[in-house]
Amino acid sequence: MAERKLRILVGKPGLDGHDRGAKVVARAFRDAGLEVIYTGLHQTPEQIVSAAIQEDVDCIGLSILSGAHNTLLPRVCDLLKEKKADDIAVFCGGVIPEDDIPGLKKAGLKEVFTPGTSTEDIVAWVKTNIGC
Amino acid sequence: MSLAEKILQGDIRAAARLMRDVDDGFSSALPELKTLYPHTGNAYILGITGPPGAGKSTLTDQITASFRQSGRRVGIVAVDPTSPFTGGAILGDRIRMNRHADDEGVFIRSLATRGALGGISRSTGEVVNIMDAMGMDVVIIETVGVGQDEIDIVRMAHTTAVVMVPGLGDDIQAIKAGILEIADVFVVNKADRDGADRTARDLSMMIEMGNRKEGEWLPKVMKTEACRGTGIEELMAEFEAHRGFLSASGIMQRFTEEKNRAVFSEMLKERLFNSVNGRILENGELKRIVAGMGTRSVDPYSAVEEVLDRYLLDAGSESA
Ligand code: B12
Ligand SMILES: Nc1nc2c(ncn2[C@@H]2O[C@H](COP(=O)(O)OP(=O)(O)OP(=O)(O)O)[C@@H](O)[C@H]2O)c(=O)[nH]1
Ligand SMILES: [Mg+2]
Repeated sequence: MAERKLRILVGKPGLDGHDRGAKVVARAFRDAGLEVIYTGLHQTPEQIVSAAIQEDVDCIGLSILSGAHNTLLPRVCDLLKEKKADDIAVFCGGVIPEDDIPGLKKAGLKEVFTPGTSTEDIVAWVKTNIGC
Repeated sequence: MSLAEKILQGDIRAAARLMRDVDDGFSSALPELKTLYPHTGNAYILGITGPPGAGKSTLTDQITASFRQSGRRVGIVAVDPTSPFTGGAILGDRIRMNRHADDEGVFIRSLATRGALGGISRSTGEVVNIMDAMGMDVVIIETVGVGQDEIDIVRMAHTTAVVMVPGLGDDIQAIKAGILEIADVFVVNKADRDGADRTARDLSMMIEMGNRKEGEWLPKVMKTEACRGTGIEELMAEFEAHRGFLSASGIMQRFTEEKNRAVFSEMLKERLFNSVNGRILENGELKRIVAGMGTRSVDPYSAVEEVLDRYLLDAGSESA
């Protein structure tokens, strides 16, 4: 019987050149057998959302170390709702202060991974929390 | 409403989902593809192939921008390799095409090879058809960068562009003869680099040496600098010229016929195999045959004949 292959979009919103974390995480997902659509740097929330829809991904993992997370990440969630695509889960990682995490979750982010999280933990979280 | 009906009404999510169903081998995709089929056959299909890192994605981005300027809607199928070890893949062609991400006249789909050889995924033809049915005027297929055996693209694309870079070309003899035959247009990209002229000259020479028949298309060698957009206008003109040649010479009709025949044979082969193989897998016959071959009590020639006789009735008697 045919089986779904998990597809994930990994992208970096905004003017943030820190791409090491995104690449590390993308590779970890690939090694875990996922198909990762890596869109690279400098994405607008609009670009991320339309790419996610065209690629029919199960989830979007955003990496952000610039400090602009409180504006860019909720915008992605809002756009997904607007396009009736909020069945696509959004989560993120990067340099994000503890205090901002509750607000981001309220805005629709399913999880936030801060520096030092092991990629094993990240992959395990995706495998238990994202279905397709 | 079915996915196909939604797609015909312009529903992007439905199209994206059907592509996924096809890619994942869901049998539910079949009736949808049947519904879409009459709405296909209108798009001009352009194949872009060449070695890893040659600039295929960057060129695709530029070509897309140019088609958009003339108001054409563009679908892009970008194929990258699946890791044979983990089954996962990083599909990174979009990185170079991001400016088109939120253009409603462009639809980009990344596909992983999922074990298929030949530069594209098994689902590529169907994904192209879905884009065609979505009303894309042009569909661009970017193959995996494997460098030599992307033969599958030729059957699918009206025009195939083979992208090369200087340096690779120092030892241009090393390029497999196959690649010379599949190109309708050669692109020497990264023309800003040393040796571009030489690579272009070497390629032109090899094309001239190959003996082409009267009335056959003679591929040109175009130089581009994709990251700056240099040479794109000339390249677009060459695509247009090839397309014009195809329809004027009647080759388009032959191409379509051959492609249709190949698509049908391929599908028949797959379905026949799956149905017979599925049955002998289920009833344990396959296991017995394999075991028998191990002890040499069964030979595969007779086993195949017997299986065909049983499951295909009269087809068995015609097999050699
Ligand atoms: C390396 C680095 C750089 C390199 C980046 C190289 C590159 N290509 O990535 C360079 C030198 C270029 C750089 C430049 C700058 N940097 Co810097 N940089 C760092 C540093 C030291 C490490 C980041 C890193 O690569 N970590 C390793 C990776 C693997 O970890 P990670 O990204 O955190 O990822 C992990 C998790 O966060 C999570 N994760 C991350 N992304 C994702 C995504 C998903 C989907 C998931 C699930 C998980 C996940 O999983 C990963 C594994 O655990 C950090 C400090 C720090 N300790 O974080 C500062 C830091 C990020 N930089 C900072 C700054 C200010 C800058 C500059 C503005 C400095 C300047 N004034 O010029 C520039 C801006 C560059 C730009 N264009 O954006 C600040 C950001 C401040 C803020 N956010 O408020 C930091 C925090 C330093 C600081 N303490 O001030 N930087
Ligand atoms: N110098 C130079 N670099 C270029 C040119 N065109 C593309 N590049 C660079 O070459 C690199 C590879 O480009 P891509 O477009 O990703 O190449 P590709 O053939 O799609 O690569 P794969 O899909 O990985 O096989 C990128 O860093 C581009 O910026 C060019 O004309 N000149
Ligand atoms: Mg590419």
